Amino acid sequence: MSTHTAAPAALTDEAPARRPHGSLRRRQVIAAYCFVAPFFLVFLAMIVVPLFYSGYLSLFREQLVGGTVFVGMANYVRAIGDPSFIGGVLRMARFLLIQVPIMLGLALVFALALDSGRLRLQRFIRLGIFIPYAVPGVIAALMWGYLYGPDFGPFAQVARALGLPRPPFLSNDWMLGSIMNIVTWGFVGYNMIILYAALRSVPTELYEAARVDGAGELRVAWSIKIPAVRPALLLTTIFSVIGTFQLFNEPNLLRNLAPNVIGVGYTPNLYAYNLAFINQEINYAAAIAFLLGFVIMVVSYVVQLSAQRRERRS
Amino acid sequence: MTSRPLAAEPAARTRVEAPDAPRRRRSVSGRPNVILTIALLACVAYFLLPLVWLVVASTKSNADLFSTFGLWFADDVNLVENLRDVFTFQNGIFAAWLRNTVAYAVISAVGAAGLATAAGYAFAKLHFPGGNLLFSIILGAIMVPTTALAIPTYLLFSKVELTDTPLAVILPSLVSPFGVYLMRVYADGAVPDSLLEAARVDGASELRIFTSVVLRLLAPGFVTVLLFALVATWNNYFLPLIMLNSPEYFPLTVGLAQWQATSAAGSGSQALFSMVITGSLVSVIPLVVAFLFLQRYWQSGLATGGVKQ
Repeated sequence: MSTHTAAPAALTDEAPARRPHGSLRRRQVIAAYCFVAPFFLVFLAMIVVPLFYSGYLSLFREQLVGGTVFVGMANYVRAIGDPSFIGGVLRMARFLLIQVPIMLGLALVFALALDSGRLRLQRFIRLGIFIPYAVPGVIAALMWGYLYGPDFGPFAQVARALGLPRPPFLSNDWMLGSIMNIVTWGFVGYNMIILYAALRSVPTELYEAARVDGAGELRVAWSIKIPAVRPALLLTTIFSVIGTFQLFNEPNLLRNLAPNVIGVGYTPNLYAYNLAFINQEINYAAAIAFLLGFVIMVVSYVVQLSAQRRERRS
Repeated sequence: MTSRPLAAEPAARTRVEAPDAPRRRRSVSGRPNVILTIALLACVAYFLLPLVWLVVASTKSNADLFSTFGLWFADDVNLVENLRDVFTFQNGIFAAWLRNTVAYAVISAVGAAGLATAAGYAFAKLHFPGGNLLFSIILGAIMVPTTALAIPTYLLFSKVELTDTPLAVILPSLVSPFGVYLMRVYADGAVPDSLLEAARVDGASELRIFTSVVLRLLAPGFVTVLLFALVATWNNYFLPLIMLNSPEYFPLTVGLAQWQATSAAGSGSQALFSMVITGSLVSVIPLVVAFLFLQRYWQSGLATGGVKQ
């Protein structure tokens, strides 16, 4: 359309973008907004509006007499003193401290093994570890529920054949560990692929020299490879933090098998769900969900900060 | 194109590598280590055996499930009967669940990938006022827990009578902040500025540049975001669980969880066990196959997201 306006710019060979013609520049800006607008509209409607609405709801309380009244921070005060909520958050904190290091540690070890180039059947191993990620969390929980089960679960069958007591996977003491196992099973491969990809982009020269100097494979892994993939480790850690605090599928499914072990507040998410849809305490549930989001933000931030600190120190 | 550093971005790895740019791959350092291989294979067994169990168990009748060892087949193979049970129980509702899952996942994934591609490209290549602020807001949203959103979204939807409709599951799944992030990183590496400038000099409109030049370059990134959005929707449980009441709208996850609850409560017939197991197998297979065939996409996609910060 406006070819003639752009023509002079074409005469200079080097980077005409640096001094774009005014109308051209304006058209670009308009186009940019048009490209971003569809996403941003849906983003506003599906994330920003619900988020603010949730914050708004959390400031009210529905009463038997008098309808909905403004109560300020009362729901938050109640949540902080609510043993069900706090218990759930603490349980998830424990989950985080035990399961995430195991999962990411395994993922890192597998990624390093794949990257060392010393494996036979590389492709098979990589895919075999990754495939559980393609299994929906609900299906994984359901399947492991049967595997753990006392009747036809293989663990119980083997124990029975050996005359041993069957492992009480779904008991009070074991449940959290059993859930950790399901999550680990599902997500080691996903994290492994992220770390493996990061390892592959480490320039080889970095450690060829170290090898020439006689550093062994382990030493190279520890001093060169792991520091090089720190950004990817940080990313996987933060995703794991977010995922852990939102744990819902596994406990909700295993609840059917062990209703006495998994109570309504086993995880904060389960608690919010039960409050909203079983107890009809929407306002309180909104406050719980909001607080949970806050906890996730704080923990993610702390993780990021401590990673940066370490970066600076080294 | 291969000569420019941009093409060496991890995102662009799927393309053919230039012979003169030996970025990849270090020569295999040392001989295969047998002990390491065996150790890793033992770990692979941990990841695969549950799935083997699922396959084996879905070939068994309900009685054999209880009376034979879980990791080996029973004498008579009952897979066909199980499949028939799965697809005919409750007037064949399982087929509806399967259809719903496919529909929700495909529509959401195409939509999410499309929106993320347009936005990610604009953030990467078209500089506009407020761009960085918008992008930071979108990045921040990655941390918002889905529950904090699902409950208020449910209430908002119920006001406009959207709950218990397919849209209630699809609309929230159209937003993928991480997809925008991924596409921005990808577009940064895959779309050379000089190409855009040349097209502009030729008088092409921005929209035309996007549809005829950029989209082709972004195709691998698009497929990656598509695949992950597909998995996310396929696997989603919480959102459809709270949004839907009518079983005919359920996706597989919610439907199977309901069957499992019924069978665990012991109220229904015991045959539910083998049905839940066989149904689980059926719902796992499509994604496993998709991942096997689209390997290069998800691998390069995860690389993009993980390497860059």
